[in-house]
Amino acid sequence: MTALLAAGLMSALPPEGSDGSFWLPPGVSTVARHVDWLFGFILAISVFFFVLIVVLMTLFVIRYRRRAGAPAEASASHNTALELTWTIIPVILVTVIFFFGFRGYLDMSTPPANAYEILVDGQKWAWSFTYPNGYVDSNLHVPVNRPVRLVMTSADVIHSLYVPAFRIKQDVVPGRYSKAWFEATETGEYDLFCAEYCGTSHSGMVATVVVHPPGEFETWLESASNFLETMSPVEAGRKLYQVRGCQQCHSVDGTIKTGPSLLGVYGHAQALADGSTVTADENYLRESILEPMTKVVDGFEPVMPTYQGRLKDAEITAIIEYLKSLSGNG
Amino acid sequence: MAVATPDAAPAGTPGTHANENYLTAGRGLLSWLFSLDHKRIGVMYLVGILSSFFLGGVFALLVRTELLTPGPTIMSADTYNKMFTLHGAVMIFLFIIPGIPATLGNFVLPLMLGAKDVALPRLNLASFWLWMTGAVVAVASIVIGAVDTGWTFYTPYSTTTGTAVVSMTLGAFILGFSSIFTGLNFIVTVHKMRPEGMTWFRMPLFVWGIYATAIIQVLATPVLGITLLLLIAERTLGVGIFDPALGGDPVLYQHFFWFYSHPAVYIMILPAMAIMSELISVFSAKHIFGYRFIAWSSIAIAVLSFLVWGHHMFTSGQSGLANMVFSALTFSVAIPSAVKVFNWLATMYKGSIRLDTPMLYALSFLFLFSIGGLTGLFLGALATDIHLHDTYFVVAHFHYVMFGGTVIAFLGGLHYWWPIMFGRMYSERWGRIAALLIFVGFNLTFFTQFVMGSHGMPRRYYNYLEQFKPYHQASTVGSYILSLGFLVVAGYLLHSLFRGKRAPANPWGGATLEWETSSPPPPYNFDHEMLAGDPYDLESLRWDPSTGGYVRKDPSSVRLTPAEAH
Amino acid sequence: MASHAGAHHDPHLAHHFESPAQQHQAARLGMWVFLVTEILLFGGLFCAYAVYRANHPEIFIFGHHFLDKGLGALNTVILICSSFTIAWAVRAAQLRQIGVLKLMLGLTLICAFGFLSVKYVEYSHKWHAGLLWARSYAPQAHHGDDAHGPAPGSLQMKLPEGEGGAGAAAAPAQPAPAPVADPDRSSIPPAATGPAGLASEDAGRAETAIVAEPANAQTFFSIYFLMTGLHGIHVLGGIGAMLWLLACAHRGDFDTGHFIKVDLVALYWHVVDLIWIYLFLLLYLIH
Repeated sequence: MTALLAAGLMSALPPEGSDGSFWLPPGVSTVARHVDWLFGFILAISVFFFVLIVVLMTLFVIRYRRRAGAPAEASASHNTALELTWTIIPVILVTVIFFFGFRGYLDMSTPPANAYEILVDGQKWAWSFTYPNGYVDSNLHVPVNRPVRLVMTSADVIHSLYVPAFRIKQDVVPGRYSKAWFEATETGEYDLFCAEYCGTSHSGMVATVVVHPPGEFETWLESASNFLETMSPVEAGRKLYQVRGCQQCHSVDGTIKTGPSLLGVYGHAQALADGSTVTADENYLRESILEPMTKVVDGFEPVMPTYQGRLKDAEITAIIEYLKSLSGNG
Repeated sequence: MAVATPDAAPAGTPGTHANENYLTAGRGLLSWLFSLDHKRIGVMYLVGILSSFFLGGVFALLVRTELLTPGPTIMSADTYNKMFTLHGAVMIFLFIIPGIPATLGNFVLPLMLGAKDVALPRLNLASFWLWMTGAVVAVASIVIGAVDTGWTFYTPYSTTTGTAVVSMTLGAFILGFSSIFTGLNFIVTVHKMRPEGMTWFRMPLFVWGIYATAIIQVLATPVLGITLLLLIAERTLGVGIFDPALGGDPVLYQHFFWFYSHPAVYIMILPAMAIMSELISVFSAKHIFGYRFIAWSSIAIAVLSFLVWGHHMFTSGQSGLANMVFSALTFSVAIPSAVKVFNWLATMYKGSIRLDTPMLYALSFLFLFSIGGLTGLFLGALATDIHLHDTYFVVAHFHYVMFGGTVIAFLGGLHYWWPIMFGRMYSERWGRIAALLIFVGFNLTFFTQFVMGSHGMPRRYYNYLEQFKPYHQASTVGSYILSLGFLVVAGYLLHSLFRGKRAPANPWGGATLEWETSSPPPPYNFDHEMLAGDPYDLESLRWDPSTGGYVRKDPSSVRLTPAEAH
Repeated sequence: MASHAGAHHDPHLAHHFESPAQQHQAARLGMWVFLVTEILLFGGLFCAYAVYRANHPEIFIFGHHFLDKGLGALNTVILICSSFTIAWAVRAAQLRQIGVLKLMLGLTLICAFGFLSVKYVEYSHKWHAGLLWARSYAPQAHHGDDAHGPAPGSLQMKLPEGEGGAGAAAAPAQPAPAPVADPDRSSIPPAATGPAGLASEDAGRAETAIVAEPANAQTFFSIYFLMTGLHGIHVLGGIGAMLWLLACAHRGDFDTGHFIKVDLVALYWHVVDLIWIYLFLLLYLIH
């Protein structure tokens, strides 16, 4: 009976590269099968012992329920052979589990030599991914069937990059670089979460991993990187606004988020936290991007990170043009 | 030789008069607040700790209610972050760490040793006052702005956030000293206050468990103390130990923190296991199976618990070698726990089992702790932990062991020793109803979280993706059922204080020494000097219909008469 | 209690103990366990020391030159003497020599205050030189004429005369820069530029050598102040305990030879002394 149960539960695990199961989402990386196999192995052992314990417990309660006038049967209160048995068997089992866990981990922590490298920056509360040609995007685009190595750091507090579908996770720490790698085995879009609590919008720090079919990744990267040349300043500014983390904290439709809404900000007076008022012109917008602590809008916390060194002048100009368009001026 | 009956001291015994017990001797709030009596201190702790459990539970319900829908439900993200932080901090520092040792340990330990009090009663009272002080500081911290760092206070977030971190960590620091002094007291008590004939291997297993816990309390908590001091120094002075901008290392904080906090979880579970040994044996009317193995397992767990802290940090960036070593050692600490579970089962074999409320909790413990312990295997293995770390799988795991383990055992012990603590029996029918509600509610709340977690739902999330909604909603419904169960428990226990049937000295047939005195005991516990027998010699008791409880077939086996005492 | 009816009752014997011996053993065991917790409390700091020193030995080699070995040695001698006097006090209490007891306690207190005075001198020197813990680290130029001091990274260490001559003559290695605490972005150590101003401003002293400040030199001072500060708090605690003992002695508590309190305080004091010796070795005597 236990074997049937175990078999039933094992079938509740996803076969390689498929649609997921009761316990796990589809695993679409090369290391996912190590993780999923081990998960199933531990699950089988756990179910076996759990069922054993509960069945015995229930049987004993029924069989040895106290009956009036009938004292407990005489039986031993120790049995060394039994103690050794139920010590040694678990020791063997956990050793096996440890071994497979360690072996899987070695694979998960050793990137292949020819991995494609992408830099990752975590900050409160957005990810940004820098591709080898310098292009920065807020989502992680990768080619299918190619190892990708992530080199990551944080601008402020500890974050953690987690892609459940790939079964990878690694903390992203300020003051140092941490690394993770994966090789995606199926095209599609997958969730990328922050898995280390980092404040107000920790749960909003979600990105998408886009796995491109063979040949299409390079095409995407090229057209995405050239956006300043191929798009109008306002369109380029909108793209930058979306991919460089602005929309995590600002809105363009009037919604108040962590930062003020940018709808209609250009050309109008801003009340600042120090009581003064300023008219939001191009210089004000530029200063807000490069030195956000200088003029904080009244009613908001001084939490905006600076983009000094992270945006080219042409990009800042494009963003300003986009913001102007939100006031019907451009 | 005249033998004293359990309920009244012999006539003419100086210092006592008939029917005076520790509850009635000395009236007024001050007689309690300044009492050196371990029983009164235990009861005061019980009031404080149960209040903390209620407070922590309110925060939990707020968290679960917010999670009924993705996106805002009843509060903002910042408030939510404070709610889960406070739930954790209150439950851990105010409730579960002091938990069983401060309440049941304080009350029962000296009685089990046939002693009149713990070794250092004034230190015991000091521990209680420290607990009160720490609780006041923690509550004040909640009032002035609360904390939003998670109960783990990871740097650099905790050193840069604007919330009341310093006051909360100060509260935790003070509570840590309360814990240290309690542990210190119990170590000295167990070493120096055992009765004639009670060698180490004739101690009840409850004492072994409390002793092993005390060792961890004494060795691990100071490290928490220095960690919190460093955190306070970092925030107030900027000492830069954990701040990368000042040359510090944020991951070093994690090492310091978990060096305490991992052994801390064994502070939580060892007393629970200690209670289990008593309950299973008494309610199976059978000698505990494998006494020495259980005793040594407690010590093994205490020692090994100090070697595994790194398993909380597999993704933190520590080296692969460190990860490997910590993973291997983590599996070692699973073995003694498994050994205990098997020994308890073997105790039930060929026993004579009564399904009174304490036993229902003991059986629940076996069920729930097994799940909790087995899911630890997934987390100890490196490959699976990478996927499961910081997801709801971990949340479910630790709730199964801390709540399904410790709290359930605490309830079992509370119901077991309730008659001796308050001299009253509670309603057995309502006890069973509540136990069932709690069992069902608990599983509904937390089992769904395993599945959510392995599907990738991260923890400490205010918003979540739509696909996780059914799990969250089921979990929240479970939490309401769970709360109902606790309200029922509170109801009938409180009722029993006023209207409960008077308890006999030994309602359950326990062979440990606390049952050799009246329920409730007189202020100085025993009117005889006590001798150690076999604490699990349940054959030596018989049911006495006239008192409605159990009595020794041969009372002189456990007590020296006045003529024999020196 | 019936079993003790008629027994001679020692007024010092607490009701829950069977005998004075049991009571004293319990008290002693309790104190030893408490001292173990103190060792563990400091253990965390020793651990932080070990981690930072293993990873950045240059910070410790640089920083310890700013500690005055002479004053450190003086403090060590003071505390060792104080351990001697307090041990004598225990003996005196045991022998009911209340006068000697009070004298020895007084001498121990004088040593303790002496220790704190020396520490005050050291701390105020550091304060004026701006050699404080990380966030407040703002080293002054050597003669303190620049009110705000040079920027971090340009502090030059003048080796005292006669010390490490040959070693100091070696050219300073390329130092990594001290981090500037940027509120918006943390600095990542690799690939940063070197600091300005390696050349000494007052380069007249031919007999001294110049070694440039390593990055994060302030970490040494953070650890120094944390460890000696926590130790100092414990010295204050010890002073309080000894004053209490003096009051007890004055009240006549020790007239009957019941000296356990003195014994326990002395144990505490010995541990405080021992911890200082390790601090002296680890902070002042680095090679």
